[in-house]
Amino acid sequence: MAYDFRSNPTVDQVGIEERVARFNTRSIKKGSKVQALKLALNMIDLTTLEGKDTEGKVKQMCYKAMHPHDALPDLPTTAAVCVYPTMVKTAKEALKGSKVKVASVSTAFPSGNSTREIKLLDTKFALENGADEIDMVISRGEFLKGNDGFVFDEIASIKELCKKYEARLKVIFETGEISTLDNVRRASDIAIYAGADFIKTSTGKIGVAATMPVTLVMLDAIKDYYFKTGIMVGMKPAGGISTAKSAIQYLVMLHETLGNAWLDNKWFRFGASSLANDLILQLEKEARGVYFSKDYISID
Amino acid sequence: MAKKDIKKLEFFSDWKYAPAPESTDHIRLQKQYELFINGKFVKPGSGKYFDTINPATEEKIASIAEASEKDVDTAVKAARSAYDKTWSKMPAKERAKYIYRIARLIQERARELSVIETMDGGKSIRESRDIDVPLAANHFFYYAGWADKLEYAFPNRNPKSLGVAGQVIPWNFPLLMAAWKIAPALATGNTVVLKPAETTSLTALKLAEIIQESGLPDGVVNIITGHGPVGAAMVNHKDVDKIAFTGSTNVGKWIQKAVAGTDKKLTLELGGKAANIIFEDAPINQAVEGIVNGIFFNQGHVCCAGSRLFVQESVADEVIRKLKERLETLIVGDPLDKNTDIGAINSKMQLNKINEYLKIGVNEGAEMYQSSCSIPKKGFFVRPTLFLNTSQSHRISQEEIFGPVLAIQTFRTVEEVIEKANNIPYGLSAGVWTDKGSRIFNMTTKLRAGVVWANTYNKFDPTSPFGGYKESGFGREGGLHGLMPYLRF
Repeated sequence: MAYDFRSNPTVDQVGIEERVARFNTRSIKKGSKVQALKLALNMIDLTTLEGKDTEGKVKQMCYKAMHPHDALPDLPTTAAVCVYPTMVKTAKEALKGSKVKVASVSTAFPSGNSTREIKLLDTKFALENGADEIDMVISRGEFLKGNDGFVFDEIASIKELCKKYEARLKVIFETGEISTLDNVRRASDIAIYAGADFIKTSTGKIGVAATMPVTLVMLDAIKDYYFKTGIMVGMKPAGGISTAKSAIQYLVMLHETLGNAWLDNKWFRFGASSLANDLILQLEKEARGVYFSKDYISID
Repeated sequence: MAKKDIKKLEFFSDWKYAPAPESTDHIRLQKQYELFINGKFVKPGSGKYFDTINPATEEKIASIAEASEKDVDTAVKAARSAYDKTWSKMPAKERAKYIYRIARLIQERARELSVIETMDGGKSIRESRDIDVPLAANHFFYYAGWADKLEYAFPNRNPKSLGVAGQVIPWNFPLLMAAWKIAPALATGNTVVLKPAETTSLTALKLAEIIQESGLPDGVVNIITGHGPVGAAMVNHKDVDKIAFTGSTNVGKWIQKAVAGTDKKLTLELGGKAANIIFEDAPINQAVEGIVNGIFFNQGHVCCAGSRLFVQESVADEVIRKLKERLETLIVGDPLDKNTDIGAINSKMQLNKINEYLKIGVNEGAEMYQSSCSIPKKGFFVRPTLFLNTSQSHRISQEEIFGPVLAIQTFRTVEEVIEKANNIPYGLSAGVWTDKGSRIFNMTTKLRAGVVWANTYNKFDPTSPFGGYKESGFGREGGLHGLMPYLRF
């Protein structure tokens, strides 16, 4: 790899936080709010990533992904479900006939502390079981050591495998561990240049998950790459986004940074488990004019 | 990597934001406003009133009293009497309590004040709500703290108040400028006669109501409204001890001539044409935000606006492309809408002036670029505008336009940009964008500007002094320095 990712654009944290604060002053009302709520629902990767996951739970979640809330007409499905590799087969069967994709975490998720060989096997297993998308983690240890080449090659090798199965690759940085915004920018550039179809903030397994400042830095990296190459890359903030209000703020930021073209679940996803129900609650409120009990919304 | 034909990004066509206007139900406005003299609202001697209009709708909001020369005299006498009888004799810590109370009342009525500020002046509700009004309250809070600590601010210098301060403020930050002027004057033990600008008197008059409510002794603050001659009468009044003026350089020069040979103290905060300098190692995306904030904040009606952009040649294409794109996401329109970024131009006169400069720029051969946004048919609006390929000799690079118009030049070396940045009669502010700390310090020592922002722009804080060099005026407002013009030692 000839490129030095350390000479990449710097990020000013204060400036990023101010920009985010500006996005959060946008007031989204009425029709534009309903549109945003539906769009957000359609962008969710409905997720269960627990040691105690069961096939039954995954099946229930898949049904929920296809039928988020049948009481309201014209609701979209979620974009995908996100599961461990061992649950891919179950999910794939449960979702048969729908447009909902199956995403599988892989590469020794969530820590990524394993050998390249095992990571490739892990990914291959998920792909062979029918995963449409792979959510890999980068080796944060190597990244923090400054071993950009290692991280680049790791991503490129997984991407190569994904290509064979026509699966899209999401690359998770675990931004809570790589800590600075300059690092987030560098990780974004490494992943994008190594062939990531999506870049993703977090595993949801540590305290600090997706934040708006981190997401904005990643969106800026995507934009800079787009203007260099014409190639679009997707973005997935994951973890910690549980309210409709927060989801709309992310969408405003996405919209005013990357424009209309990215307002589609092909290019933006929310990695979330409880967000869907708050979106449904707010959609019901917009339809009825009043809130109703959460007991009317299924918790699958 | 090979470049193909890359499509521009498009915004707002697939997802339009529904209007989100701030409610105006809660504000209390009278049809007619009088002069605030000696703690009471009194009719003007002239019997004359003028209209104040909403620049976004061109509709009349209220009638405002036009003070006569006699009214100015009455106000100054009230201020003198309040100074002699109560204010100068009151223990400093008691003075502080009144100032503190004014700050609290501004906070309590923040919502009403920000809506009126937006209706009367045209600035976006986001700015009046998040910047103007909170900052105005903070200035009163800050100076309330100094009132009984002047001996510590200036040890062994025996600071003493001056007497009556005559203050004339501009239309770009009506309430905030009133706070900048009144708060330090009161903290230092002076009494005040203040004249707001004729297009934006309302929030100053609302402040008069707040002052009345605060129980401040009668005559300590007097607020008189009207046009230029009212200010002139105040400047020429024999019993005024100090003139503080914020406004245009031309008027500032006239005032300086008028007070020459008198023992009136004077501070002037005048025009500016600030250089905002982007080096190649700057955090480019944040720098673009800084450029936008620097020139489009308050429709560019800011004396310290970053109206001259200097971009290092190696990043010029990227910065300009990003800037053009960012222009497309600026929402121009109804100032009361919570999503509006750029509101209305303050007055018809200012609109004509800006449009005149747009013509001048084009005639001078600069390349004009404007946002593709639509602007309301009624009201005074200008699209955010960039001028590319400008040079130092262009009038649009030399003269203060006071509108959302940015003149862009490129540079190659540090020496070149310092020379160009300083090659202007003004010297109020500047911005430097670089990742290199040592370069920031080098630049701040060499730029002839009162305020230099590093990797940010248009940041204001009551604790920080503000003021200019050269034709941008003299004297400092804000911070400990802001006390000095109101004291003798």
